[in-house]
Amino acid sequence: MELASKTEQDLRIVSVQDTRIDAAVAIEFKDAMRHQTDGGPDVVVLDLSRVEFIDSSGLGAIVAAVKHMGKGRKLALAGLTPTVARVFELTRMDAVFSVFPTLEGALAELKPQ
Amino acid sequence: MNGAERIFSVTRQPLPPFEVCVQSGQLAVRQALRKVFEALRPLDLDVEEAGTIEIVLAEVLNNIVEHAYPPTGPAGPIAIHFIQQPDGLRVKVMDQGNKLPDEKVPLVTAAPLDVELQDMPEGGFGWLLIQHLAKDVTYARVGKENHLNMRLAVGLPS
Repeated sequence: MELASKTEQDLRIVSVQDTRIDAAVAIEFKDAMRHQTDGGPDVVVLDLSRVEFIDSSGLGAIVAAVKHMGKGRKLALAGLTPTVARVFELTRMDAVFSVFPTLEGALAELKPQ
Repeated sequence: MNGAERIFSVTRQPLPPFEVCVQSGQLAVRQALRKVFEALRPLDLDVEEAGTIEIVLAEVLNNIVEHAYPPTGPAGPIAIHFIQQPDGLRVKVMDQGNKLPDEKVPLVTAAPLDVELQDMPEGGFGWLLIQHLAKDVTYARVGKENHLNMRLAVGLPS
């Protein structure tokens, strides 16, 4: 599970490089997210534009990652592909996270005014 | 036939019934899904149809490799049958592992999400997704086998 990250205007942008976040990699994903978000900016944007598929374990791993980030911090999701968006809608997790169609849109909205 | 007609008369080839078998294990789900989508190629599924099949089957298979054949115990076979019917794809998934609790498909309700972040559920989404997307889901314990039957209203013959 490869994650690429960079910091722009006080936002940590974490881009998932794999095409699947499923049970086979959920624990690895959770650990990698921890590594990318610990001690970083309060607001993290998770770029999912390369991810074609997520299952319930992957969804659970994203919830675990945001819990680990802790109170007062925020995880936004950007670039959801059709099947990934459907999993978030069906489980109503799209109401729990800030979801943006594109990374550019997320950055424009979230960057400090 | 002119070009325009060809565009609008997309004919879907009929799908021969098929079976995919894998041995349980960490990569069994990915392996089974790859084989299933290979066999489903004649249907030329759109993104939404393919997504429905992938979400449902991934969750059914995740449950089998986690609970029917827990990683601490011996592995075992998983068989998946597909048959195309006028109302969609009939899918039957069979394994020889532990039975479902109470020998029935669990009744799931969405967990309350208006809770503090630390109380958010990290699991329990699997059956929720299956029940949202699959129709006529039935389960039977047949001897030492689990048989899960369902219908996916996709890949309808044109």
